[in-house]
Amino acid sequence: MMLESYALSSIGSALKPLPADWPGGFWWHWLVFTIIAILFVLLMVLFFTYFERRAMGRLQARLGPNRCGPFGVIQPIMDAIKALTKEDIVPYNADKVVHWLAPAVAFVPVLLVFVVVPFSNGAMLADLNVGILFVVAISSLSALGIVMAGWGSNNKYSLISAMRAVAAVVSYEIPVVLSIASVVLLAGSMSLNDIVLAQNIPFILMQPLAFLIFFIGASAEINRSPFDLLEADSEIVAGFHTEYSGMKFALFYLVEYAEALLLSVLITTLFLSGWRGPLLPPWLWFLIKVVAVFFVLVWVRTTLPRARIDQLMALAWKFLFPLSVINLVITAIEVLAWPGGVPWPMLFVNIGIMAVLIVSWSRLFKFGWGRVKVEA
Amino acid sequence: MALQISFWILAVVAVVAALAVVFLRNVFRAAFALIMSFLAIAGLYITLSADFLAVVQILVYVGAISILIILAVMLTRELHQGNPSNNLELPALIVVLLFLAAGVWIVLATNWKVSAVPPVAPTTSALAQALFGGGGFLLAVEISVVLLLAAVIGAIVLVREK
Repeated sequence: MMLESYALSSIGSALKPLPADWPGGFWWHWLVFTIIAILFVLLMVLFFTYFERRAMGRLQARLGPNRCGPFGVIQPIMDAIKALTKEDIVPYNADKVVHWLAPAVAFVPVLLVFVVVPFSNGAMLADLNVGILFVVAISSLSALGIVMAGWGSNNKYSLISAMRAVAAVVSYEIPVVLSIASVVLLAGSMSLNDIVLAQNIPFILMQPLAFLIFFIGASAEINRSPFDLLEADSEIVAGFHTEYSGMKFALFYLVEYAEALLLSVLITTLFLSGWRGPLLPPWLWFLIKVVAVFFVLVWVRTTLPRARIDQLMALAWKFLFPLSVINLVITAIEVLAWPGGVPWPMLFVNIGIMAVLIVSWSRLFKFGWGRVKVEA
Repeated sequence: MALQISFWILAVVAVVAALAVVFLRNVFRAAFALIMSFLAIAGLYITLSADFLAVVQILVYVGAISILIILAVMLTRELHQGNPSNNLELPALIVVLLFLAAGVWIVLATNWKVSAVPPVAPTTSALAQALFGGGGFLLAVEISVVLLLAAVIGAIVLVREK
């Protein structure tokens, strides 16, 4: 009953889609939504840096930044000013051009992806027919920026970090794309707006396994803790941004949080029915869901210990990859069995399948796997 | 008009980047010039209203193949000097000139036809129908899949620990 009433109320509050050239004319549309996308990314990144530090403080039973302004809200702006006024140091033996270009190459793709994100019904810069494929393709370009940084710094720790980043991105791309594919199968479209429109029941219920795989895989791809072993202080100095300072370092920091924002936005759009919801305006629902997903990211970061590089690879290839293939096959069978749309009671079957698969598959792993014994 | 301008920008970028791949001595920078060329070609696909192909070009060539090339470059020693010189320069020049002549002759001698049919608007479903639908190229797709699988298994066998 509850699910039906949710579906009805969300249809009731679904607005008529904005026309493709709102507010009047191609160039106005382009200008308005470019400004919206850039402002959205920059303001949300400022908010996220503050929010993460405060939430981490609370979760670790301490205060977090609370000195600048009321509750410390000016802290991110102060941090930005500090980064801007610092000296920019380039190593003597660095590949100067590559070192200089790397932060920009890492940042541009992340910003580009927000072109296809719907903030409300049809409110996006371009409703691409290949939307989610565009997201996957463009966001994989960020790894190039990391490789350039690792190489251009002429520092062995940076290079090791870049190699790890590439290994993580290449391995985790596969389960992530397969879990996206099962969502696309269910929605019947690759346009992000159509995927939101198809979610009378949020896909987190219809595709719980795909949600978990996407969440883990995408966190690993953007190097969030517990998979931040390529830039964590205790691992290899500071990873690929060891040799960066001042504004260029700030740009890498920006990329990190913009990617976390991207992950939150994608989970909201693909699994939490995007801008849809009762009573409140669509853009507000969108923001609430994005912040909620980001809070879960912070929560995971403060809770779980860091993975090792071999555990990172094993998790991708031995756990997430087979489960995502099985999930894709099951989803394909469901879609073939009900061509008019999978009925909502199937969500109980899917949740059951997820529980059985995860429990049975995790029996193949045990604590301390992959530990290397050194003979004395 | 806008289409023409974007075509020329993309074409010039693609050709200049391709020349840079050949003439740069630093192999790492050459790899990035190659990526630039791939991106410009993806842009050309968009001007030809082949959006799916453009995105797949970025996904496969820029996202995957170039990463593999860069990994291979990182495992190379002394790449600042470029290739060590040998006495294959003359044969290489002759082969390349012959190849260039053949290519130019083929391009000039072909009677290029312009189709009067307007391009298919959402190419994704049309492509899916052509590849997996009835009377499509399903057999060819399956053969290429088996080929790739064989390559993957071969690679695993080659690097397996004894």
